[in-house]
Amino acid sequence: MSNAHPIPVRAILRHVLLIAGAALMLAPFIWMISTASKPQTEIFSSELHLVPYQFALVENLREAFAKANLLRFLLNGVIVTVSIFVLQVMVALPAAYALAKLRFLGRETLFALVLFGILIPPQATAIPVFLLLHKIGLLDSYAALVLPFTISVFGIFLMRQFFKTVPDDLVDAARMDGISEFGIVWRVMLPAAIPAVTAFGIFSVVAHWNDYFWPLIVLNSEHLRTPPLAVAHFRNNEAGTSYGPLMAAAMVIIAPLVIAFLFAQRRFIEGITLTGIK
Amino acid sequence: MAQIELSAIRKSFDGTDVLKGIDFRIADGEFISLVGPSGCGKSTLLRIIAGLEPQNSGEVHIDGRPVDGIRPSARNLAMVFQSYALYPHLSAFDNIAVPLRMRRLSAIERLPLLGALLPGRRAKERHIRADVEAIAEQLDIAPLLRRKPGQLSGGQRQRVAVGRAMVREPLAFLFDEPLSNLDAKLRVHMRAELAELHRRLNATFVYVTHDQAEAMTMSSRIAVMMGGELIQAGTPAEIYNEPGDIRVAEFIGSPKINILPGRIRKDGGVDLLGTALKLTCNAAAGDCRIGVRPERIELGTGPFSGTVVHLENLGAEAFVHLAVEGTGSRLIARLADVKHLPAMASSVAFGFAPDAVRMFDPAGKRIELRVEQAERIREPAHV
Amino acid sequence: MSDGSMTIGAAGAPAGTPRRTLPAHGSRRAYSAYALVTPAAALMLVMLLGPLAGVIALSFTDYQLGAPHFSWIGLANYQDLFADKVFWTALRNTLTYVVIVVPGAVIAGLAIALLIQSGASLRSLYRTIYFLPVMATLIAMAVVWEFMLHPQFGLVNGLLRGAGLPAFAWLQDRSTALYALCAIGIWQAVGFNMVLFLAGLVSIPKQLYEAAEIDGASSGWARFRLVTWPMLGPVTTFVVVISGIRSFQVFDTVHVLTKGGPSKSTEVLIHTMYTEGFEFFRSGYAAAITVVFLVFVLLLTLIKSRLADRGVHYT
Repeated sequence: MSNAHPIPVRAILRHVLLIAGAALMLAPFIWMISTASKPQTEIFSSELHLVPYQFALVENLREAFAKANLLRFLLNGVIVTVSIFVLQVMVALPAAYALAKLRFLGRETLFALVLFGILIPPQATAIPVFLLLHKIGLLDSYAALVLPFTISVFGIFLMRQFFKTVPDDLVDAARMDGISEFGIVWRVMLPAAIPAVTAFGIFSVVAHWNDYFWPLIVLNSEHLRTPPLAVAHFRNNEAGTSYGPLMAAAMVIIAPLVIAFLFAQRRFIEGITLTGIK
Repeated sequence: MAQIELSAIRKSFDGTDVLKGIDFRIADGEFISLVGPSGCGKSTLLRIIAGLEPQNSGEVHIDGRPVDGIRPSARNLAMVFQSYALYPHLSAFDNIAVPLRMRRLSAIERLPLLGALLPGRRAKERHIRADVEAIAEQLDIAPLLRRKPGQLSGGQRQRVAVGRAMVREPLAFLFDEPLSNLDAKLRVHMRAELAELHRRLNATFVYVTHDQAEAMTMSSRIAVMMGGELIQAGTPAEIYNEPGDIRVAEFIGSPKINILPGRIRKDGGVDLLGTALKLTCNAAAGDCRIGVRPERIELGTGPFSGTVVHLENLGAEAFVHLAVEGTGSRLIARLADVKHLPAMASSVAFGFAPDAVRMFDPAGKRIELRVEQAERIREPAHV
Repeated sequence: MSDGSMTIGAAGAPAGTPRRTLPAHGSRRAYSAYALVTPAAALMLVMLLGPLAGVIALSFTDYQLGAPHFSWIGLANYQDLFADKVFWTALRNTLTYVVIVVPGAVIAGLAIALLIQSGASLRSLYRTIYFLPVMATLIAMAVVWEFMLHPQFGLVNGLLRGAGLPAFAWLQDRSTALYALCAIGIWQAVGFNMVLFLAGLVSIPKQLYEAAEIDGASSGWARFRLVTWPMLGPVTTFVVVISGIRSFQVFDTVHVLTKGGPSKSTEVLIHTMYTEGFEFFRSGYAAAITVVFLVFVLLLTLIKSRLADRGVHYT
């Protein structure tokens, strides 16, 4: 509320502080790109410099891809996150619709269970689910990566809250047109909820792309590794020697999400912080 | 208390001119309403007086001193907002006490735990308590002081907001449409309360509203604003009876003033729908607009006629809507005798006294009229 | 809407039921409802609620993966757990981590949000930059941090040496490893908290600030205390609890960078649970650790709902 001064001291101070903080936030990224672009000799030198004297990004990338099947791992990431999201939608949307718009015995109980389920941290159920998958013989497979996450109580909750805001008239009109309840879910509710579904999709894809704990537990085979596992293994094998390719590999792994984020920042921020709206 | 003077105030937002040069003086102790339709700039002007918005050019003087560059907290004004802007987490007591605590306690004394330990604070708090309770007594909200705004009704919240303003004993009180959030009955009640408060405090009130009835009933003076300009300022009676602009005439008064198309003859006489009115003026020949208020229309006799298209019987009075013969215009007439209402679709004659006419040129400016003397001597002034 | 679905089962419905209330149990629509929720309900049972009960039950057994039999051993797991020095170290480390990261990330998040909101320029840009660490795969960035913290060739030590300050073997030294992990944790969480605080700040009515200004709260600190901080109450509670729960779950950085070392200085609860449950396959024992973990998370959640109810304001 201050009246305008000729020298905007406040504004300058604000920028100075924010830029300092931004430097801290960006430092790892910049260092990563810088190291990935340096040849071995420059990396292993005590002299600190940001811009490489010799540009070696292409070589490092080539080495990274040679040492680890990065494309395969990225593909795994895509397969797993997309499968999880699609299945989550297929399971959550009908349930959310029923909870929001239909009356049936046990509705309140079911919703209470959904709310309770949101409180359960994923690590808590890891052991029994692992044992179950072991019993069925599904360990070390795409199914093991995808199956436990097909139920997203958070997704059900989110969609139900959103569906509640869809006017009942719309649903009644669909019924009069002869659409079945199941049809209503996909032909009426889904189109009306595209923003919420998108936000949830972003939340789900990011969470599962970056998940390390569960794939670590259920996977053994190299060809199934998801991106976080890929980086971890690369580091285990190469740490101490090939920092250049290691940083290059890290770059490749975070690239998809970061690029997508930069293109659709608002959506991403909305999606990730959906947890904030309870 | 103080007088406020505005000179050549201009303000624009994003390239649109919101205030186009306002010159105005508010006398010490008067209750002045800034009234006008939405978007006319009245709220912006109020905020400029308060210091919440800087003007683009022009000056504001309070009590003779220029205040540009002085921040709102230092101008010693108090403001009551449309939404009351009460601190939701504080009780009514604490809400009213905030200005006092800000003024009388230093920042350290205001700290929750530490401040309580400081020696002088106890005495100051007692003072503050006495002041707040006195104000609460005046406003009849003493039993509500412990409650939070969420537990108060609209009218009660409004009184707490007024209390918070009063407790600072400011140079002037600024009100930004404080009654618009209340329901109709409560609004009428609060109008009387605010007017009474003004009389009691004898303070300068600057009151912004879009409701002309509020302005008419509460103020000692009204300033009508439209499109960023101050069109006319005067007492309610002046504004009502002697509007200088057709926009003022149409804005003030409910139902709206009736406007009919007229003509000025070359000799200065005035014709309406073929009939000569007993009026002359000095304006050039051409079209003009004739305005007559609904309560000055006399039904049953007169040189004009119209068909009844709608009747509104309010019990104490009635309004008759006529489709005027000879033009497409509608006219509303007030009828005090509700027992003898004309029938729907019937044809009714009507007329009006010459001194009921307010005439405006095509641009909207008021044209001075003289009643023709000759007729007046001979018979009652009937057109 | 009479489509013939008012069956006998609906006789119990009160007269004058509004049109929106759908007919009760025996009708077609209710059957559809059951069909729609069955997959979700079944999965919830198998993947969430069942396992939750299962892990509690497991904690009372001595089950080990692959063993043909197991027996109920009551509280023996817990007794072993509470007698185990490693457990207490892990608990202490986890709590230290939480106590450092939560205030750090919350205060930093709030400060950044306030700074961004206090001016109009470049808000989007700053928001994006600060949010970037939240998005980037933690494992990948942890590896980058590891190299940044490299004793000889890392950026951090390079800068320190350049400034004439002593350098440390951050992740290799017992006395600094946990704090290095805390730094990474704060770095990663700030953006998330910032966004939540931004949402809270934006929802504070502007007129409150104007009223405060008129009332005499002219300094930034006075405005913060009178309006901003109280109005942010619910958001702050939420951010603290969420940060707390997420910090309790710390695992990724520990497993990739330090494996709990050096000398268990970075051993944390979930990491212990992981090693016991998935490297040694002592499922019963690991389940007991999980239950302890759950208790803490539950505590935090309870605190959140208690405080949240109290802090709701009406304007």
